[in-house]
Amino acid sequence: MKVTVDQDTCVASGQCVMAAEDVFDQRDEDGIAVVLEPEPSPERAADVRQAAAVCPALAIAVQE
Amino acid sequence: MIGRRGVVVVGASAGGLSTVEALRRQGHAGPVTVVGAEKHPPYDRPPLSKQVLSGAWEPDRARLRPDSALAESGAEFVYGDPAVGLDADALTVHTASGRRLHAEAVVVATGLRPRTLPGQAELAGAHVLRSLEDALALREELGHGARVAVVGDGVLGTEIAATARGTGAEVTLVGPQSAPMTAQLGPRAAALLADLHTERGIRLRLGTGVSGLCGSGGRVTGVRLADGEVLPADTVVVAIGADPATAWLQGSGLATDDGLVCDSRCRAAEGVYAVGDVARWHHEDLGSIRLENRTNATEQAAAAAAGILGGGAAYRPVPYFWTDQFDVKVQIYGRPTADADFDVVEGEIGGGRFVAEYRRGGAVTAVLGWRMPKQARLRAAAALNNRAPVAP
Repeated sequence: MKVTVDQDTCVASGQCVMAAEDVFDQRDEDGIAVVLEPEPSPERAADVRQAAAVCPALAIAVQE
Repeated sequence: MIGRRGVVVVGASAGGLSTVEALRRQGHAGPVTVVGAEKHPPYDRPPLSKQVLSGAWEPDRARLRPDSALAESGAEFVYGDPAVGLDADALTVHTASGRRLHAEAVVVATGLRPRTLPGQAELAGAHVLRSLEDALALREELGHGARVAVVGDGVLGTEIAATARGTGAEVTLVGPQSAPMTAQLGPRAAALLADLHTERGIRLRLGTGVSGLCGSGGRVTGVRLADGEVLPADTVVVAIGADPATAWLQGSGLATDDGLVCDSRCRAAEGVYAVGDVARWHHEDLGSIRLENRTNATEQAAAAAAGILGGGAAYRPVPYFWTDQFDVKVQIYGRPTADADFDVVEGEIGGGRFVAEYRRGGAVTAVLGWRMPKQARLRAAAALNNRAPVAP
């Protein structure tokens, strides 16, 4: 699984961090999402999909 | 279980699309049909008053999913065919073009209709902002030197004023409150927003109602205030709120009361659910509420999908919204009230970045972030304990 965030679309809500906090974080200065783990392990897949689903800007792309 | 007739989703915007995706994520492999009144595939509304209105984004960028993802969902999407009736007993949706869609579950996600002022429809240059077409039509009239009056000091009106000012327009913001977004932010933060707008050159004409529009030759020429003063304008944007789009449910037997009335699981009747702006449901902590928030559309869709598939629980989110005005992002968790104490707990107001907590009777009822998204989220998670605050 590969995960990317479109930082231009991101609205800094941090929903992804709440869904999968070891995969995503927010920049301290503006809250824009960053990917900590671009190729999450299979055990993290469900949470990463959840993060992509709840993003209010649909800025997260997941490649299975 | 949902069988052969599947699920019909009425509304093809964020709530409708999120419902499709939640149903699939939660294991429903059967038929799903989405009928939307607009002719477009699902697009996002928050950018309409910001990036699309400013011209920073072309309309395509506001699309929620590419065609490939919509096709992959296996749902059938029908556009430009508004629902005109629902038989709630038979679970049949009727559309304007004459479709009759039988379902085992119906999801109502028809959103809002913006309110207008009397005579507005007949006046060129008088706008609302709800759809992509609305945003593009308004965008045509913005730019350097345009005289724009924005009627409405809520979230949408203040965002439009900021974006319009960013294009170089001469902007006046009119509304009944003493400061913009007082109802959403409380007086302290609203005063800061008023300062921001004033610093950036927006003229605030607040504390007064509007009695109507002025026009000449079919074109708007200004806004008439309650005290008789006329504000001249080339373009007027009316952002005085919106009503849930429930007119098509007349005769369905379903209860509507500023929204489609639902129980704590977003269910309006056996097999009928509501999602997003149109849904008024029983929030176990906050009572009967309706939220016009982007994140609510997605979260409520997941709750409704779970209910449809036989699981689910009471839907009780912490209300959350954000607004972007100039270079300031404001985020609100919970529900600020005018009587709450307002304490800065991180950063400084003078530094232009801070987090504040609202307290009533010692309990935190809301958290506000002002250009501090990550810190506000962390504070909210800790202070609100992942639980909605007690109703005022």
